[in-house]
Amino acid sequence: MAASSTTQHISVPRAGTAATPRHTPLVRVTHWLTVIAFLALLITGLEIVVSHPRFYWGETGNSGTAPLFRIPIPASRDTVPTGYAYTMPDQNGWSRYLHFEAAWLLVITALAYGAASLLNGHFRKNLLPTPEQRNWPAFRNVLSKFLRRPPPGSADGHSYNAVQRVAYLSVIFILFPLVIFTGLALSPSFNSAFPFIVNTFGGRQSARTLHFIVTNLLVIFLVVHVAMIALAGFWSRTRAMITGRVTNSSEGK
Amino acid sequence: MSRISRRKLITTGLATVAGVAGLASADRLARRYGLIPPDSGGIFGPGETLTYATQRLLTRHSLAREFPRSMISAKPFGNEIAPSNEAFKRHQALGFADWKLSVDGMVAHPTSFSLADLRAMPVRNQITEVMCEEGWSYIAEWIGTPLHHVLDEVGVLPHARYVVYRSIEPAWWDSIDMADALHPQTFLTMGMNDGDLPIRFGGPLRLRVPRQLGYKSVKFITTMTVTDSMKKFGKGLGSASPEAGYAWYAGI
Repeated sequence: MAASSTTQHISVPRAGTAATPRHTPLVRVTHWLTVIAFLALLITGLEIVVSHPRFYWGETGNSGTAPLFRIPIPASRDTVPTGYAYTMPDQNGWSRYLHFEAAWLLVITALAYGAASLLNGHFRKNLLPTPEQRNWPAFRNVLSKFLRRPPPGSADGHSYNAVQRVAYLSVIFILFPLVIFTGLALSPSFNSAFPFIVNTFGGRQSARTLHFIVTNLLVIFLVVHVAMIALAGFWSRTRAMITGRVTNSSEGK
Repeated sequence: MSRISRRKLITTGLATVAGVAGLASADRLARRYGLIPPDSGGIFGPGETLTYATQRLLTRHSLAREFPRSMISAKPFGNEIAPSNEAFKRHQALGFADWKLSVDGMVAHPTSFSLADLRAMPVRNQITEVMCEEGWSYIAEWIGTPLHHVLDEVGVLPHARYVVYRSIEPAWWDSIDMADALHPQTFLTMGMNDGDLPIRFGGPLRLRVPRQLGYKSVKFITTMTVTDSMKKFGKGLGSASPEAGYAWYAGI
C-alpha cells in the first residue's frame, strides 16, 4: 500500500482503514440503489419511446401533427408513420409497470439520501465546493491537470475537486428533480391535482420532450462518470463505493 | 465484539419486527380505505399499489385540466376502426337507434338506457385531453351524461366499490373505482366537437375517464355492472388490460 502522501491528509488517517470509509454506508447503499433504479428506468423508458418515437412541443401532439423532432427508428405500433414497413415487438405493458416501480425506488432512495445528507452535512462538507475551490482558477486547474494527465495522487481518492463537486451537485439538485417532475407531469391524475407543474413545463408534450432530453443529459453524465472512474482506476474506485475501503489507483487491478 | 454483534442482532430483530408490524397495519388500513388495486399481486404489485394509493390520497376529488375552446386540436387522432362483429354492423345499419346501455349488479333498479334516455338526463360538456399510453395526445370537446346521474338513477348499493364496463367487442372490458365512477368529469360520451361522437372515436357511446390514460376510456359501451369485488370478473385483475400485461390503474 503506497503511503507516500497520506501524511498530507491528517483528517484521513490511512488509506483503507475501516474506521473512516471513503464513502459512508448511506452513500454506498443509495448509490447502488440509484444505479439499479436508473438502469431499469432507462431501459423501460427507451422501450416506451419506441411505441411513439416522435417528440412535440406544447400541450398536444400526435401522428397527425408536425413533430419537433423524431428518432429514425421503427415503432412498436403500426399507427405511427416512421417510414419503416415493419413494427417492433410491443413491450409497453411490463415496461410501464417496471418504469413506475423503478421510479418509486428512485424517489424513495433520493428522499432518504437527501434528508440524511442535509442532516449529516454530506452536501456541505463533501459536495459544496470549498472556499478555495469557489473561483475559476480552481476549475481551470482541474481541467488542465486532467488534460496533462499526471497519475492521480492519493489525494484525489479521498476528496472531490471543484469540477466533481459541481457536477455531482448539478445531477443531484437539477437533473434528477427535473427528470422526476417532467415524468410526474405526464401523469393525467397527478396533473389534475397539481396542474401548475405541467403548465410550467409548457404543456404535456413539452414535458415529455424535456423528460427525454434530461434523460439524455443523465446518460451523458453516466458515460463521463464511468469513463473518469475507469481513468482513475476502475476497481479501486468501485471497491470504494462498495466496501468504503479506498486504495491508490496505482494498485487498482 | 460479541456484545456489539448481540446488540446489533437485537436492534436488527426489533427493527424487523417493527417493520413487519408497520407493513401489516399499513396493508390493513390500505384495504379498508380502498387503496389496493385489483392487480396488486406479482413483482410489479408493490409499485402499482404505491402509485394507486398515493394518487387516490392526492386526487380523489381533483379535476382534470380543462382547456379553452381555442386549444381544441384541429387534427384529433382517431386510432379505432369500426368493430367488425355482426352486432355492431346491425346497429350501424340502423343508425344506432336501438343502442342500449344496460346497468346491473349491486344496484336497486337494474335498467337499460337508450341513447335518447341518456340525452334526456343532464348533458354536460368538457374540453379535455386524450392521452395515449404510447405518448401522443389531442384535445377535444366531449359531450355526454356524467356517469353519476346514471348511477343515481339505478341506485348504487352502499357496499359497491367498482363499476365494470364492456364494449360491444367482447375482448374490451374495464373497470373503475367509485372515486372515478362518481367523478363529475366521468362522462357517458355521445358527442364530440359539437357533433355526434364518430365511430373512429368510439361512437355512439364511449366512457370518458379524463384523469386516466386513453385506454380506460373504452369505446362502444353496451353494459355496466356495479360490484364490490373484481374477483368474479375475468381473471380477477380488474380489467382486460392486466390480462394483456397493462396496468389496471392508468392515472400515470
